[in-house]
Amino acid sequence: MADVTDENRPLGRPGRFVVARAKDVPEGTRLLVQVLGREIGIFNIGGQFHAILNRCPHRGAELCKGDIIGRVDSDGPGEMRLDPTQKFLVCPWHAWEFDIETGESWRDRGAPDGSKNYVDARSYGLGVSAGDKLAAGLSKGDTEISTADAEYVDPVTHRVRGPYEAHILPVDVDDEYIVLSLTKKFASEKDE
Amino acid sequence: METDAPASPVLNPTSRGDLWRGAIVDVDIHAVVPGLEALRPYLDEVWLQYIDERNWTAPPTASIYPPNLDATARPEWRPEDGRPPASAVEMIRADLLDPFDIEYGILNCVYAIDGGPPDFSTALARAVNDWLIAEWLEADPRLRASIVLPTRDDPAAIAAEIDRVGGHPGFVQALLPARSGGMYGKRLYWPVFEAIARNDLVAGIHWGGSNNGLPPTPSGWPSTYIEEYVGEVQVFESQLISLLAEGTFQRFPELRVTFLEIGFTWVPMWMWDLDRNWKGMRREVPWLKRPPFEILREHVRFSTAPLDAPSAEELAPVITWLGPQNLLLFASDYPHMHDDDLATLLGALPEESRSEVMADSAREWYRLGSV
Repeated sequence: MADVTDENRPLGRPGRFVVARAKDVPEGTRLLVQVLGREIGIFNIGGQFHAILNRCPHRGAELCKGDIIGRVDSDGPGEMRLDPTQKFLVCPWHAWEFDIETGESWRDRGAPDGSKNYVDARSYGLGVSAGDKLAAGLSKGDTEISTADAEYVDPVTHRVRGPYEAHILPVDVDDEYIVLSLTKKFASEKDE
Repeated sequence: METDAPASPVLNPTSRGDLWRGAIVDVDIHAVVPGLEALRPYLDEVWLQYIDERNWTAPPTASIYPPNLDATARPEWRPEDGRPPASAVEMIRADLLDPFDIEYGILNCVYAIDGGPPDFSTALARAVNDWLIAEWLEADPRLRASIVLPTRDDPAAIAAEIDRVGGHPGFVQALLPARSGGMYGKRLYWPVFEAIARNDLVAGIHWGGSNNGLPPTPSGWPSTYIEEYVGEVQVFESQLISLLAEGTFQRFPELRVTFLEIGFTWVPMWMWDLDRNWKGMRREVPWLKRPPFEILREHVRFSTAPLDAPSAEELAPVITWLGPQNLLLFASDYPHMHDDDLATLLGALPEESRSEVMADSAREWYRLGSV
C-alpha cells in the first residue's frame, strides 16, 4: 500500500499514526516504519516502546540499525557500573551513543558550563492505544493508520527482515496498537 | 666568545633585552652530576662499600654530552677544564642565570640511578637529591629543582623519596623519565602520583629513562642518533594518552603534569584524534566526562624546548590549535643546543601571551610566587 506522504496528507490532520500492533513488536525487537517519508525505528525495550528517526545527526548513518547497550558510568578509574535503566542506541558508523528514550547525545554529558555542542537524534512520542479507544480516535479523524510496509531489524545481525505486512485494518477492539506522534508532546499524553 | 655555532638569540646575551625585556622563568635547566666522587658524601656507607667492592662505575657523563655532538651542549658552555657541562652552580650562574636575568630556573637532573639493585637505586636517588639541595638549591635562591626518583620497579620507594624531600621549598617537581618501561596512567603508579599531589608538586615527564631493554621508540632500536632525537616523541605521546585515558586526572584532581624537553607541536593532532575517538569509545573510559583535550588543558603543560618549528609564521597556527589558554612554559634546556630561536617563539605568540609563556604561567604552575 502507499505511504501517507506529505503530498496526499489532508490538511489539518494531527500527526498521529498507527504504525503497528503492539503484539507484533515483542520485547527486544525493532521495526522500521515509514511515516510521511520518514524512516523511523520502533523499539520495544523491556516492554517500553521508543521511536527514533533512522538517521544519525552526525553523518546520516542508519542509526536504528545500531546496537542497543546499557549506560556505562563511573565516578573515577577503578569503578565502573552499568545503569540498567538507561539504554543507548549506538550509531553503526562512529559508535556515538544516543539515549533511546530521548535521542539525547551522550558525548558531552557533564560539561561544567552545562553547554551542549552536539546534536541529538530525533525521537518521537509513542503511545499504546487499546483498539476500542483507537477506533474512537479514528472516527474523530485525529489519527491515521500508516499503511506502508515496515521491516523488522534483526537485533544481532542488524539485517532487515520482513517486510512487516501492516494489516492493521480493520482495527480490532480487543487488540493494542502502537501510535506514533510526529510531535514530542504526544509522549506525555500517552496515558490519557 | 667566538664560535661557529649558529647565532641563536636566546643564547646570545647581547640580544636578550632586544628580544624580551620581561621576566624569564626557565623550567628546564640541567644540573649534571660530575661523577661518582660528587655523590660519595651523600651515600650511606653500606653503598660506599658496595661501590668499591663491586667496582661499580657511575654512568659516564660523556655519554650524556658527547663532545662532538653539538646538539647535546653548546660549545661555549663546555668548560675548558674538561669538567662536564652544567656540573656546578657557578657554570649555570655565569652561562645562564646572570646574563639572561633568569628570575627562577628549575633544575632537572637526569643522572642514571637504575640498573643496580633496587635499594642501590634508591640510595643513589637520595644522594642526588641531597647533593641538589646542598650544592644547588642552597647556593642560589633563583634555583628550584625536580626530585630524582628511585627505579621504576619500586613505586613505594618512589613515593617514599617524594615524601622524604618533597617538603623542601626548593623542590617543585618530581622527575619521571618518559622511557620508564611502563605507561604512567597504569594504576601501578597511583602511589607515585598520590605522593606528588600530596606534596603539591608537579610531575615532570622528561626526555630519557632507562636503557635496560627499553628502546627510545616504541618500534624498536633506531640505527642513528637523528632517529632517536626525532623519534622519542612517540614515547611521550603514549605517556600522554595513557595518563588521560586511564583517568589519572580524575583519580588525582589536583595533579599537574609538565612534559619537558619534547616540544609541543605534536600535541594538537594527537588530542584531536583522542577527542574524536573518545566520542565513540567513551564507555571504555567512562570516567572521562569531557573531551580529553579539555582535561589536558587543565592538567598538562609543555616546555617550549626543543622548538621544532621552521619559522614564526609556521608555528603560530600550531599554538592556536592548542587552544585559547596558554599551555607553554619557556625553557632554555641548558646546556643543550637545540638551535631554539627565541625570536621564532615570541614571533609566533600573540603579544598578550608572551609574558605568560616566558614567566607568568610557570610562576603560577610551580607556585613560585612573584617578585
